[in-house]
Amino acid sequence: MKGAALLLLAAAALAAVPFGLKPYGIYLLSLWAVMTIAAIGLNLTLGYAGQISLAQASFVGIGAYTAALLTTNGWPLAVAFVLAAVLSFAIGWALGYPALRVAHHYLAFVTLSFGTLVFLVLRNEEWLTKGVYGISGIPRPVILGWSTKAPIDFYLFCLVVLGIVSLGAWWLVHSPWGRAFTALRENPVRALSLGVDTRRYTLMAFAIGSAVGGIAGVLYAPLVQFIEPTAFALGLSFNLLLMVIVGGAGRFYGPYLGAAVSVVLPEWLRFSEALYLMLYALFVMLLVAFCPSGLLGLAERLRLSWRRSSKSAT
Amino acid sequence: MATVLQVRDLTKSFGGIRAVDGVSFDVHEGEILGLIGPNGSGKSTLFNCILGQLMPTGGEVRLAGRAITGMRPCDLSKLGVGRTFQLLQVFSQLSVRDNLVLAGQEHAGGMWSRLFGPRDAGLAAAADRMIDFFRLRALAEEAAGSLSYGQQKLLDVAMAFMAGPRLVLLDEPAGGVNLTMLGDLRERLRAINQAQRSTFVVIEHNMEFVMSLCTRILVLAEGRIIAEGAPQAIRNDATVIEAYLGD
Repeated sequence: MKGAALLLLAAAALAAVPFGLKPYGIYLLSLWAVMTIAAIGLNLTLGYAGQISLAQASFVGIGAYTAALLTTNGWPLAVAFVLAAVLSFAIGWALGYPALRVAHHYLAFVTLSFGTLVFLVLRNEEWLTKGVYGISGIPRPVILGWSTKAPIDFYLFCLVVLGIVSLGAWWLVHSPWGRAFTALRENPVRALSLGVDTRRYTLMAFAIGSAVGGIAGVLYAPLVQFIEPTAFALGLSFNLLLMVIVGGAGRFYGPYLGAAVSVVLPEWLRFSEALYLMLYALFVMLLVAFCPSGLLGLAERLRLSWRRSSKSAT
Repeated sequence: MATVLQVRDLTKSFGGIRAVDGVSFDVHEGEILGLIGPNGSGKSTLFNCILGQLMPTGGEVRLAGRAITGMRPCDLSKLGVGRTFQLLQVFSQLSVRDNLVLAGQEHAGGMWSRLFGPRDAGLAAAADRMIDFFRLRALAEEAAGSLSYGQQKLLDVAMAFMAGPRLVLLDEPAGGVNLTMLGDLRERLRAINQAQRSTFVVIEHNMEFVMSLCTRILVLAEGRIIAEGAPQAIRNDATVIEAYLGD
């Protein structure tokens, strides 16, 4: 009950935040919401199921191009959501097959190669993607008469989608599937001996995580209104990986925090002018070196030590 | 007594080494069969061949008459074959209850019903029974990784029984368990054997434990069965003594 009240409070605060901000601030908040969705997808694949993927940016790209191509040709964004999710799910399922044979850094390289392949397709297949010229004039949707053209409206739309994705992810990780994903990450041999079809769950982890990445892409396209291939290159995949790890891999609220660090923190550090990216890099290095379980892992550690010290005091 | 498991001429080679060399035996319903032998005699390899972790080089395994040779472990589990491993294999980040629910959830319903059904997969009562049976009530909500070694061992064994298997292969259940916990484990295994009419095959190095638990014992040396019989007969068998102590 207390948790639900806190969540409602957080949602209300998120909805109220942009009203005092300039358009760039609202853009950053919208980008946070979009990147959080993409990181939620990667957290399912990597954090819960333990399957490393350096291809999440590709699925954001697949979603973004699906949305751009459809909406610039008069299709509603809702169709793009469905098509991008289905397409990303199917491609993610196929990408999961190598994970049945290899793991860890080998799997990282397989997914890295896939990311490069998608980038090359986006850049070279001009007849479909317009190559390096990109696609511009991507419209923002009108939903039941509500135009999301203004930055605040589009931000609220992003929040609604984030809310829906969060509910779905919450349901998934708290269902028996979530337990099976954890078992797959912790000990696949034991999981298999208990009847967990690790092959099917591995493919599902990839497919669902990729589909969520695709959904993030569908939101990304109308947010920036112009997309080109470099936005979905390896840099974004590494950035999404960073979000999951910095927030706390395998922790439900990790992506929300990780995306905030990745999207908002560099902007806050701009007071240091030319040094801001260096300070950001230093922060990430120190955090990962001293707290590999991320910010939420650090919070958990502090909470436990506080509990222990207050117990010993009584 | 019906035959639950039939192993016929099972062979497993690694390069030029025959780890399991033409092993044949039957396991009957309700019995507790011990499988002993010196280190490197092929016991764990034999287990892994029966349980689909390793593909045998030759031979056949049947479960209640059905050929199961080389079947995937998850499919075997669904046919009612449970196991434990030599080393502890609990899911340390899940609670004791979640470990037990996980051990049973894949046996109930399909993939989609598990996604949209209840969080505990309808196994709350079964998990509670198992928690009480293995006297883990006070630890039910604790993370498995925070339990003592002996408690984790009990949980490991409890997980193997969660889905009500007809055959359970236990790989060194007494390994690393202290004397108090050992008596508890033996008592629990006997009780569950009586209650569920489960059939066990037990690999064990602790002779006192295996002799007092099992109804029949097979002795393996250099990949072959060298003796078979009641615990008392095996204890006094000259071939067995020689295999363990050498010339």
